[in-house]
Amino acid sequence: MRFVDEFRNAEQAQALSAKIAGLCEPGRQYKFMEVCGGHTHTIYKHGLEDYLPEAITLVHGPGCPVCVIPMGRIDDAMHLAATDDVIMTSFGDMMRVPGSNGSFFDAKASGTDIRMVYSPLDSLKIARQNPDKRVVFMGIGFETTAPSTAMTMLRARAEGLGNFSVFCNHVTIVPAIKAILDSPDLRLDGFLGPGHVSTVIGCRPYEFIARDYGRPVVTAGFEPLDILRSIYMLMVQLSEGRCEVENQYSRVVPWNGNTVALRAIGQTMDLRPYFEWRGLGFISHSALKVRDTFADMDAERLFEVPGVRVADPKACQCGEVLKGVLKPWECKVFGTACTPETPIGTCMVSPEGACAAYYNYGRMERHKVPVTIGERP
Amino acid sequence: MCLGIPGEVIEIRADQPDLAKVNVSGVKRLINIGLLADDPPAPGEWVLIHVGFALSRIDEAEAAAAMEFLEGIGQAYEDEIAALKESLIE
Repeated sequence: MRFVDEFRNAEQAQALSAKIAGLCEPGRQYKFMEVCGGHTHTIYKHGLEDYLPEAITLVHGPGCPVCVIPMGRIDDAMHLAATDDVIMTSFGDMMRVPGSNGSFFDAKASGTDIRMVYSPLDSLKIARQNPDKRVVFMGIGFETTAPSTAMTMLRARAEGLGNFSVFCNHVTIVPAIKAILDSPDLRLDGFLGPGHVSTVIGCRPYEFIARDYGRPVVTAGFEPLDILRSIYMLMVQLSEGRCEVENQYSRVVPWNGNTVALRAIGQTMDLRPYFEWRGLGFISHSALKVRDTFADMDAERLFEVPGVRVADPKACQCGEVLKGVLKPWECKVFGTACTPETPIGTCMVSPEGACAAYYNYGRMERHKVPVTIGERP
Repeated sequence: MCLGIPGEVIEIRADQPDLAKVNVSGVKRLINIGLLADDPPAPGEWVLIHVGFALSRIDEAEAAAAMEFLEGIGQAYEDEIAALKESLIE
């Protein structure tokens, strides 16, 4: 396992831990947000908080696309799926997310034609095979999945396929980070930038965080040492009084992103003036809609979509968790009424959600789980 | 969905050069490599796949680490592989 050890060496982790501690100014508290749900997962799987001094707190961000979809959009999708002749297609991640009348799985069990697909291209194939049906793809995700939806739309156009459309719920991460920076609830000292989203958008969209808000950003990989190195890079910047965007994950993330992917998104989608995020409310220019030139593939124009806003269940505090104001274990229903088997909130449904990560690794409060870096499972 | 899954490129389809056969943990399926059109991968190289599209090229060390990370996620990874098995991109 030479490859993996390269990223998980326990001695290196201890050395980084000591260097990070050495950079803490006495009496100062540091709060860093990891934007991406994949990072949250690594942090709890490997007990990384135990490698950090008490002065550093990691705050979990809104970077889980399933978690931030508001309930009303699920209800809209269910309404759409129940329309005559419609076959709704969706990624598996969405199937268990509860709307106000149950989940996609529940609707499927009662006869609605909802099919799970691995890729939007599979949805396209279903459209080809069912020319007498209208096939709608539930487009969700950040910039990691938006290019796939875009490329699929371009392919459908090239093939002249007339029965394929997209219910577009793609969201963009940068406006959400800005909303968090503008929120009075939370004062952050820096960000671990998302890994895979940055393969598409690159690192430049984060420059405003350093320039306008005076906070450093380090785009981070998913291995334990990646996260510790990135925290170290943030601490070095702060100790030197610098605020820059740096790329720890340069072995995968190109500084300028993937231009083919960005072009495909630009050809098929446009920014929405605003979009509702669970917990964060309405955020300007934070989501994508189907471009006018692709109106014939826009499910929101082809079908009646109720567009009703639905409040989250009262007991659920996903909103505060997504903003990083509450730790998952501070939510009233965490681990009792809300578990991965019977989730109330989206943060528990998605494996990338902060609550699911905490629950699955038995992390009910800070300093409870032994560290695991370097240990073989 | 949001996390990339590593696959080794086995062959590029001669008739459709934006499609490649990849090996993901022993599951061999076609994926789209159109997003890497500026610098397409060759057989034997590794790519990070998101919902049927290769989004970036990676080296073998990164592929091994990414695979172990995914396996550690458990059910979500198994669901992803099960979904990939059902996938019939063409």
